[in-house]
Amino acid sequence: MAYEKVLTRNVGRPAARTVAGYKKAGGYAGLAAALKMQPEEVVEEVKKSGLRGRGGAGFPAGMKWGFIPKDHDGPKYLVCNADESEPGTFKDRLLMEHEPQQLIEGCVICCYAVGAATCYVYIRGEYTAANAIMEEAIRDAYDAGVLGDSVMGSGFSLDMYMHVGAGAYICGEETGMLESLEGKRGQPRVKPPFPALVGAFGAPTVINNVETLANVPHIVERGADWFKAIGTDERNTGPKLYAISGHVERPGTYEYPIGVPFRTLLDGCGGMWRGRQLKAYIPGGASAAILPGEEHLDLPMDFDAIAKAGSMLGSAAVMVMDETTCMVRSVARLAKFFNHESCGQCTPCREGTNWMELLLTRIEQGQGREQDASLLSNICTHVAGNSLCALGDAAVGPVKSLVETYSGEIEAHVREGGCPFPPIRVFGNGNGGPQDSVHGAAGEAAG
Amino acid sequence: MSEPTGRQGTGGPPGGAAAPPPAVGGGYGEPWPAAPPGEPVLDQAARTRVDELLRRYPTKRAALIPVLHVAQRRCGGWLPDYAIEEVAGALELPPAEVYGVVTFYDLFHQKPVGRHRIRVCTNLSCQLRGSDEVMEALAAELGVDEGEVTPDGRCSFTHFECLGSCDTAPMMMVDDTYHESLTPERAVEIVRGLG
Repeated sequence: MAYEKVLTRNVGRPAARTVAGYKKAGGYAGLAAALKMQPEEVVEEVKKSGLRGRGGAGFPAGMKWGFIPKDHDGPKYLVCNADESEPGTFKDRLLMEHEPQQLIEGCVICCYAVGAATCYVYIRGEYTAANAIMEEAIRDAYDAGVLGDSVMGSGFSLDMYMHVGAGAYICGEETGMLESLEGKRGQPRVKPPFPALVGAFGAPTVINNVETLANVPHIVERGADWFKAIGTDERNTGPKLYAISGHVERPGTYEYPIGVPFRTLLDGCGGMWRGRQLKAYIPGGASAAILPGEEHLDLPMDFDAIAKAGSMLGSAAVMVMDETTCMVRSVARLAKFFNHESCGQCTPCREGTNWMELLLTRIEQGQGREQDASLLSNICTHVAGNSLCALGDAAVGPVKSLVETYSGEIEAHVREGGCPFPPIRVFGNGNGGPQDSVHGAAGEAAG
Repeated sequence: MSEPTGRQGTGGPPGGAAAPPPAVGGGYGEPWPAAPPGEPVLDQAARTRVDELLRRYPTKRAALIPVLHVAQRRCGGWLPDYAIEEVAGALELPPAEVYGVVTFYDLFHQKPVGRHRIRVCTNLSCQLRGSDEVMEALAAELGVDEGEVTPDGRCSFTHFECLGSCDTAPMMMVDDTYHESLTPERAVEIVRGLG
């Protein structure tokens, strides 16, 4: 059976950015259904669907909603995490630029379910076009009675605002995001208390990723059982967007049932570019361990299978590397990123990420020493699990896999006093395909 | 179901002509006119926007980052000390708290920037597609190292962390516009075409 796209149906159809156009394409049926249900029933349906967070951690969304106290006397909030900054990830941008009403619909349903009267969409400052489209879509939703007083005549009222960040990866961490929303430095908070009890402005708060919320209207409209039938098993359900980049013929965002094998993703985007060989891939953004390619060609791309293979699905940012790729250079670049983005409040992360960058840059430039690989391992041990948020652990992911899987490349750098791999040059027209090719295809998916 | 559905880049066709910056609410992205010397950074129009922003949040402080975006646009892309102090005054915050926020975020600047801000993504997905070569070509064209402003004040030039356009790597952001699927030659051409 061919897989029918769910989340990216309206990609490339600007008309569906308006409420009227989106309704014509079948939109807002989920919200209409939700408003006829009791809020608790909506939470139960999302719980039953098995939907897990698409931002990286994979926490069950319905359970998160269930933590919000029902009898709370005072405001509650939904903060939609649109701070998409995990290197290699560009799926939420696609959803906001092409499916803004779907996101608004998901947000409204969530707010109705948990009893929130205000929703903030925290978007990264660099996403100017996505922000403009969302602002426009929100204005239109107010005009059409989907937002504001008495949503679709239900008596439930909701305000929704875009909140633009200012360039900081750590603001994608949920409590860092709350600090930033409150006008502070985006330094993560000590947990507990968790945001479900003490979140934005001290009030109970749900924080969900864009893609997570985009799934919600479909669950309510078509039912948890329909949703559960998509995917690999009970713990890995629903459609999934994979953002594929690197050395493939047609990089882009592709929608598949969660858990398709890596091989299907690779075939779907035209295979390795220039007929080159697959060396390795990162399955879930910069924070995930690198997997040697050939051994993991048939790995199901879901939360549990990838975790079992020693990496993580994360944000499903799949970065593919061909045989000419230097692993030291690649990981050094990621280490530079984590060093730059560490907020600095926890010593192991602040100092550890700095040392990782220093050592890896040194090795790449030919000044590495024999003991550097074990020193890197040692630093990883001291960083992992020793900071308030997951950034430290994230920084460890790629470095640890370099030392464990590609130690031979570190040794070669040390031995040869430099990088044995050629510098990377831009190929032909820069994107491997015809210059006017449509990029970012939300491609055909296997059934 | 196999029709390729293109993701709308923010810069129009890959590496093509720059689209004008979109009008954006929330105090961001709008072409706020520069504050004339001696005039308040937050003029009447900006104050109106600040009031509108304040109604969105239960605390005044929550409007800080959006208001800083407005102030920075009024000051040619950076935040001089007097702008920071004016924002602090408008939101009834200690200036030191506002400085703390300004220094935390990559998109706020405390030194003058060029009339055009060139940010080249060099994170892994772009590196794998040759962003280092784009950086080299632009450094040669502009005659400055990364992190610097050209002597004529026309361009600031820097590498940047992942901009979420990895499917069209290598890419760069010039002011508010994404330029995608670059070659070194096209990057240079785009920069030459800037006013």
